[in-house]
Amino acid sequence: MKIPEAVKTKVEAAIPLDRQVQGAHLYDKGRRWLTGTNGKKMFVERPIPPVEDVALADIDLSNPFLYRQGLWASYFERLRNEAPVHYQPNSPFGPFWSVTRHADIIAVDKNHEVFSAEPFIIIGEPPRFMDIAMFIAMDPPKHDVRRRAVQGVVAPKNLREMEGLIRERVRDVLDNLPVNEPFDWVSTVSIELTARMLATLLDFPFEERHKLVEWSDLATSMEQANGGPSDNDELFRGMVGMARGLSALWHDKAARLAAGEEPGFDLITMLQSDESTKDLIKRPMEFAGNLILLIVGGNDTTRNSMSGGVLALNQFPDQFEKLKANPELIPNMVSEIIRWQTPLAYMRRVAKTDTVLNGQFIRKGDKVVMWYASGNRDETVFERPDELIIDRRNARNHIAFGFGVHRCMGNRLAELQLRILWEELLPRFERIDVVGEPEYVQSNFVRGISKLMVELTPKRAG
Amino acid sequence: MAVVTFMSYDGDEHEAPLEEGSSLMQVATNNAIPGIDADCGGEAACGPCHVIVDPAWADKVGRSGPEEEEMLSMNPDRQPTSRLSCQVKASESWDGLTVQLPESQW
Ligand code: HEM
Ligand code: FES
Repeated sequence: MKIPEAVKTKVEAAIPLDRQVQGAHLYDKGRRWLTGTNGKKMFVERPIPPVEDVALADIDLSNPFLYRQGLWASYFERLRNEAPVHYQPNSPFGPFWSVTRHADIIAVDKNHEVFSAEPFIIIGEPPRFMDIAMFIAMDPPKHDVRRRAVQGVVAPKNLREMEGLIRERVRDVLDNLPVNEPFDWVSTVSIELTARMLATLLDFPFEERHKLVEWSDLATSMEQANGGPSDNDELFRGMVGMARGLSALWHDKAARLAAGEEPGFDLITMLQSDESTKDLIKRPMEFAGNLILLIVGGNDTTRNSMSGGVLALNQFPDQFEKLKANPELIPNMVSEIIRWQTPLAYMRRVAKTDTVLNGQFIRKGDKVVMWYASGNRDETVFERPDELIIDRRNARNHIAFGFGVHRCMGNRLAELQLRILWEELLPRFERIDVVGEPEYVQSNFVRGISKLMVELTPKRAG
Repeated sequence: MAVVTFMSYDGDEHEAPLEEGSSLMQVATNNAIPGIDADCGGEAACGPCHVIVDPAWADKVGRSGPEEEEMLSMNPDRQPTSRLSCQVKASESWDGLTVQLPESQW
């Protein structure tokens, strides 16, 4: 039965958000009990064979350990050369197509008439409730209406207002870093700065900023969705906390504005001062979808670009020397770091009609995965694609933000945050040395670095 | 030679020769005009090649098509004569054309 949108909205409006999440949790528990999947992990890590030892038809890019085991680049390269539009019929997530060349990815990404972002953009399925109304998984015209309502907060004009506060918060972290002794860059810098950036964006209570990271991490580690390690019960408990926290944020802001507080440049203020969104809290699923999308969208991505940059400059030390000699290369380097890291491996689409892509016949209903991580190493677009080259002429042609109507809304914020980080790092530190093997995240979606031990050498005074 | 002027938001003018058949985006990037980025390489799929055509020229240059509108309609700096410059095929008969750059490219 199809429930009319208006009725659904009304019913949702009457039930507080946290109760809706709890309902979804109960449903999910029932599902797991019925299907006998309760407590069983979908994925256990085993060594992946070198790509030469695998038959072309058996290549499965959805394996959540490909990135961690460092084999992803060779797997992508083989597909780009031998089967740029490749079909995997038997993955743990069901059958899907892989699109691995830069030009083909753009063709799919810009063609939402044929390739739909609905119902979801990860290879697998989200647990119930996590499939809430996020516009990253909607097609126009619905997508456009939703995106327009929130994009102002990350528009270049608004970012100019926020830049000062972001920079101040970066300086504060960098001035307190340990020097001449090893520490974890991921938790101390990348996670901390991202939490601060998100708290700035939402005007979220600064002392509680780590909640934003916790919620987002839970939401992106679902095993049915992308092969991540998360436990569903933990996930739902986290989501209840998030629903309560975000509702409180809204009401608190409304009260402060009513009490005469100067309006800020944050998302909640913006939503409350616009006629079309001032009652957004009464559409709780849309409200939650928008906020979660911004938090999740900005979290791993920015974090892993901050970690990836340090890792890459260690693997290509001549580039770090080049950078120190030419700090004006920072903006181009930021694009190059995002290309090199490609924090999100892909976005998924579903074919709305039968179609042909680069010679392959794709049926209506087939899943089509656009592997940005592969497009960014396409040797026909980027010379010596595996190297970080901070003055690469066409670094901006990277595909890590996607293209078309869903092109990353936070791209300018991400670039701003990374630019500020490097502008503030260079005058402080002579060296940033990676001093241990990095650890990587289990996921086929997030290309994440979970631990990166570094040692800083300060610049000599004077 | 026919010339097009790109005017920054602050009023700085940059001239470039109009090459028949090239896109205005290519004209701009070939001549290192600041403020025009072509992240998607001319596929009407990114946005920061946005220009605002002088209204007096709008009919001659043409209006944005549906493909451009997908990106332009979301742009906060959008004006009635906005175009994605990668979708504008330059003509040598446009000598004296002026296009404005938006306040910011996104
Ligand atoms: C380096 C950092 C980032 C990367 C690599 C990245 C990547 C992406 C990608 C690949 C998409 C989908 C594009 C497509 O489907 O064509 C996307 C969409 C999105 N991103 Fe980002 N992102 C980053 C940072 C951010 C930040 C900081 C925010 C906000 C705070 C953000 C918010 C969003 C939103 C809201 C969408 C959905 C846009 C839509 O559907 O219209 N992202 N991002
Ligand atoms: S160059 Fe990408 S839209 Fe024009």
